[in-house]
Amino acid sequence: MEMWLKIIGAVIFGLIIVRMYPVAKHWMEHGPKAEKGDWQAAILPLLAVIGFVILLIAMVRM
Amino acid sequence: MNRVDFSVASQAGSTLATNKLIKNTYMLLSATLVFSAIMAAVSIAVQPSQTIAMVCLFGGMLIGMFVLPKTANSSAGLGVIFLITGLLGFALGPMLTQYLALPKGPQIVGTAFGGTGIIFLALSGYALTSKRDFSFMGGFLFAGMMVVMLALVANWFLEIPALGLALSAGIILLMSGLILFDTSRMVNGGETNYIHATFSLYLNIFNIFIHLLHILGVMSDD
Repeated sequence: MEMWLKIIGAVIFGLIIVRMYPVAKHWMEHGPKAEKGDWQAAILPLLAVIGFVILLIAMVRM
Repeated sequence: MNRVDFSVASQAGSTLATNKLIKNTYMLLSATLVFSAIMAAVSIAVQPSQTIAMVCLFGGMLIGMFVLPKTANSSAGLGVIFLITGLLGFALGPMLTQYLALPKGPQIVGTAFGGTGIIFLALSGYALTSKRDFSFMGGFLFAGMMVVMLALVANWFLEIPALGLALSAGIILLMSGLILFDTSRMVNGGETNYIHATFSLYLNIFNIFIHLLHILGVMSDD
C-alpha cells in the first residue's frame, strides 16, 4: 500500500476510534454486568470458533 | 382483568416487533451480501488498481460512519446501505484476484467464504435460540476493537507479518463476539432499527471473511 493511502487510512481509523471512544466508555461504565454463567455461555462458542478455524487451516494445508 | 389483558397484548406486540426486526434484518443482510458478492465479481472482472480499491474501502467506511446514522430512519437508508456494501464488495476485488492466483487460491477463497458463513450462522443461531443477553460483553468488545484498530494502523507502517497474523486471529474472535452481541441486542430490544442491525452484522461478516482469508492464505503452504 502506498504511503499516502496508509496516512489517509490512519486518519480514517483515528476518526472511527474518536467516535467509538465515548461508546466504549459508556459500555464499560454503565453497561450491564455479567451474571453467573454469562461468560461461560459466551466463551464456549468462541472456543468453538477457534477450533473451527484450526480445522479450516488443516483443510487448506492437506 | 383489563390490566392483565393489556399486559399480555403489550408482550405479544413486543414479540411481534422483535420478530419483524429479525426478519427484516436477515432479509436485508442477505440482499446486501449478494449485492456485495456481485460487486466483488465485477471488481475481479475489471481489475481496478489497489489504490481505487482502497479509496472504495475508505469511502464505504466514511459513508457508514457519517451518512448512514443520519439516513437510517428513512427509506434513503436502504440506498445508503447498498451503496456502502457495494463499495466494500468492490474493494475486495484486487485482494481476491491476488489470492485466486495462488496454486490453491480457489480452495482458500472457497474455504474462507464457506467458513465465514458457517461461523455467522452458528453464532447468530446460538444467540437467537439461547435468548441470552450478551450485552454484558459490550465494554470488553468496544475496548478490544479500539486496541486492535490502533495495532492494525501501527502494523500498516511497521509491516510485521507475525503481528498481522495475530491481529487477524484477534479480529475474528472480536467479530465473533460482536455477532453474539449484535444478535442478542436485536432479540432483547437493544436495537430497533433493522438498517443499523444489518450494517453491524454485515461489518462483522466482512471482517471475518477478510481476516479468515488472510490466515488461510498465510497458513497454506503457498
